[in-house]
Amino acid sequence: MTWIVQYLWLVPALPVFAAAISALLPRRSRIAAATLAIGSMAASFLISVGALLHVLANRSGDQILTCNFRWFQFGNEWLKLGWMLDPLTAVMIVMVTFVGLLIFIYSVGYMAHDENFTRFFCFLALFAGAMLGVVIANSLLLLFMCWEIVGLTSYLLIGFWYNKPEAAAAAKKAFITTRIGDLAFLLGMVWLYARSGTLLFYDGGAGCLEHSALAQLVAQTSVLGMAASTGIALLIFCGAAGKSGQVPLHVWLPDAMEGPTPVSALIHAATMVAAGVFLIARIYPLMSAHVGIYLTPTIALQVVAWVGAITALFGALIAVAQFDIKRILAYSTISQLGYMMMGLGVGGVAVGMFHLITHAFFKSLLFLGAGSVIHGCNGEQDIRRMGGLRRLMPITFAAYAVGMLALCGFPLFFSGFWSKDDILRSALTWSVSRAPFYMGAFGALLTAFYMTRQVFYVFGGSNRLAASSHDDPKLAALFEDPHHHAAQHPHESPAVMTVPLVILAAFAMLLGFIGTPAWPWFQSFLDGTHSTLAFSAFSGVAILPVMISSSLLVFCGLGLGWVLYGHKPIQSADTLDELGKLQPTVFSFLGHAFYVDALYSATLIRWNTWWSKVCDWLDRWVWNGAVQTVSYFVVGIAHLDNFFDASIVNSGFDEGCQGVSRGGLILSLLQGGQIQSYMRIIGCALIVLVLVLLWGAKI
Amino acid sequence: MTASFIILAALTVAGTAAAMGLRNAVHCVLALTLGFAGVAMLYLQLGAQFVGFTQILVYVGAVAILAVFAIMMTHNDKPMALPDSSSAWVSGCIVAAAVFAVLARAIVSTAPSAQAQPQPVAPVQQIGDALMHRFVLPLEIMGLLLTAALIGAVVIAMDRREEMK
Amino acid sequence: MNSLQSYLLLSSLLFSIGLVGALTRRNAILVLIGIELMLNAANLNFIAFWRYGPAPQALTGIMFAIFSISIAAAEAAVGLSIILAAYRHSRTTDLNQMNSLKG
Repeated sequence: MTWIVQYLWLVPALPVFAAAISALLPRRSRIAAATLAIGSMAASFLISVGALLHVLANRSGDQILTCNFRWFQFGNEWLKLGWMLDPLTAVMIVMVTFVGLLIFIYSVGYMAHDENFTRFFCFLALFAGAMLGVVIANSLLLLFMCWEIVGLTSYLLIGFWYNKPEAAAAAKKAFITTRIGDLAFLLGMVWLYARSGTLLFYDGGAGCLEHSALAQLVAQTSVLGMAASTGIALLIFCGAAGKSGQVPLHVWLPDAMEGPTPVSALIHAATMVAAGVFLIARIYPLMSAHVGIYLTPTIALQVVAWVGAITALFGALIAVAQFDIKRILAYSTISQLGYMMMGLGVGGVAVGMFHLITHAFFKSLLFLGAGSVIHGCNGEQDIRRMGGLRRLMPITFAAYAVGMLALCGFPLFFSGFWSKDDILRSALTWSVSRAPFYMGAFGALLTAFYMTRQVFYVFGGSNRLAASSHDDPKLAALFEDPHHHAAQHPHESPAVMTVPLVILAAFAMLLGFIGTPAWPWFQSFLDGTHSTLAFSAFSGVAILPVMISSSLLVFCGLGLGWVLYGHKPIQSADTLDELGKLQPTVFSFLGHAFYVDALYSATLIRWNTWWSKVCDWLDRWVWNGAVQTVSYFVVGIAHLDNFFDASIVNSGFDEGCQGVSRGGLILSLLQGGQIQSYMRIIGCALIVLVLVLLWGAKI
Repeated sequence: MTASFIILAALTVAGTAAAMGLRNAVHCVLALTLGFAGVAMLYLQLGAQFVGFTQILVYVGAVAILAVFAIMMTHNDKPMALPDSSSAWVSGCIVAAAVFAVLARAIVSTAPSAQAQPQPVAPVQQIGDALMHRFVLPLEIMGLLLTAALIGAVVIAMDRREEMK
Repeated sequence: MNSLQSYLLLSSLLFSIGLVGALTRRNAILVLIGIELMLNAANLNFIAFWRYGPAPQALTGIMFAIFSISIAAAEAAVGLSIILAAYRHSRTTDLNQMNSLKG
């Protein structure tokens, strides 16, 4: 085994060690905490690059390298864990460490004024370690453990400013919602272990994703005539759906924006939400395991594709009507995650993962840019109160524009175009149905539209911050404070924040070129095939039509956005949204996110509250009553005992003693003090004795 | 049951009965002396000469005199009343009479032993030998006892009034 | 009745006379001499049994009587001195008035 695979465990371990040491540091050791976190991430990045280079050099050899070890023994079996290195792993760890490193550096500037700086970096490092653990895990159990730690750190980081009740509630919501998915994940994992006897993915032929185990799983049927592999895959997909914000379990993602912006960028854009997509990619052999000849896609993959398509459209629709800069990006993330899932479902691992990688870069770029904007506007997050920032924050504007165009999928020079095209093309040629293609296409149009809307609101026109301060007393006080350094106008962020933006923007533009149809290097890298540069590939099936139609959709969306929001600059913060003026009911419906949250709180939350009240009643009256009864019983026995002891035993004893002393008193009457009476008695005794002797002798 | 025995017995009993019954304490002691003398003569009749003379020396010569001294020193030489409560006097006599009855019954009912034996001789030399050899330990202890009694009697009866001054 | 029995009867008579004195007289000294009389009766018993007993050559009876006499003397001395001391304390030799050791 090569040394890089043996030491691959350092990649997650270094950030975890950094987190452990940071946890022990006092609050004032800010530089130490930041250095530890950034240093460990840099080291992990270097090791990841080394791993990627190794995989690149080893294209002709064994693609999947594993390092398994025994953890503990129970019965006759050993529970084994391990990590692996294959193209998917190598790509993911490089992406996670690189994006993570840039965001860590950005956080040094963003959180510079926060007093809990050290705790922030501790949690960030822990998150990074856990996420990398999820990526390199060769065992579903190890993956699940790291998955849970990722969820934990997400909770800790969303609720970082725990004094704010909204942040605490959002953290709780995120944790509980993902927990519901994780429960299904656990069930699937247990089922898989029961059926296949191992949780290792690849174990020299004996792993659960390898041929023999899959054949066995596909052959067994269970409830509803479903194959065991389908059931397990669907359960695991529930876990992925929770983590990746697919439609029924998406409600936590917008609320998670309560956390600091670097957290939103790292966790809720680039990495953690991608963990769900990554999981599906990882267990893709299980999801695509089929019986006999491949006629139609498996049920599991169909479910994934449909859910993804619905989520893509759903997120895009809601994002159109939001006014919080981060919420727009959050719903956009939901939508893009839907695209990724759809890509996995219709096209396979390479299609979905390509969009995941490109999305990581441009979405984190957008979030960091939004953070820069928020920082520059002193914490203002409502886009109606921003404006004109293109002159005031030029670097941020340029980077944000690059990210926005990448997200929209602007043709040719932006990575989002190539990755989204891959997905749309696979959807067009999907054998089950064309509906996901149409949903995806409409979603692309909406994506372009809402991003244009956001950019014009934030960066276009003139600054509405000062104008709106007349209505807002808090803001007015801010303006009048002479000590507040940027009270008068928004300003560009420091270099420690803008340099990562620029780097990410460069990647957002260039990364697309590794996956173009002319040279699908990325796809072939993941699939294990070879590819070469061939412009003739553009004439392949459905490639050019999809490219042209998606470009047209993007231009339509951009144009609509310009017509409604860019043509006439928005005057003040109080003017109604143009789309809202056209279609007020639809707009407000979208603005309330289809009232899903309200539905959940009216049904599930209410039922849960009712049930918890029932349990409370049971606990208070039934269990507590039983315990109290027993305790009263015991107390009663104690009282009885006390009564018995005090009155019967004590008085009996007292009576006995008094009897003895009374007897003594009576007997003492014999002692009259008269010696001669004593002697008389002695004489009588003598008589008796002699009589006894006499009669005894006679008898 | 020779005549000498009966005379001596009567003398002794009379003396002791008088000793126990007379009202004047000095008269009691004098009668007691007579009783002691009678017992001594009985010893002589039984052939225990040494014991008899010892009886005279010790009892008549010392104990009786001592009793007289004690009576004098406690100012009891005037006649005293007999026991006040007749019941106590009566019950004491009854008990004593019962004791005598029982003892007499015991004595009389035992089978008489074998034939009369000749008078044994108890020369003083033999008594001395026995004292020095076989009974030397009781002798020494007796000496200790007498010393202790002597010292004790002195200490107890000593007049402490000079010390308290 | 042979000689032994007569002597024994005599000694028991003397004993009971002494007992009468010890039980009935109020004067402590007279009680003491009653006790002396009882001791004498016992001595007489011993000597009678020596004379008419099985082994007179062992002189056991005489020895016993000698020791008994000396002990009686010592006891009389101590007892009388105690009575003297009690007389000094309570100015009386009346036994009926010496009853403080009662229950």
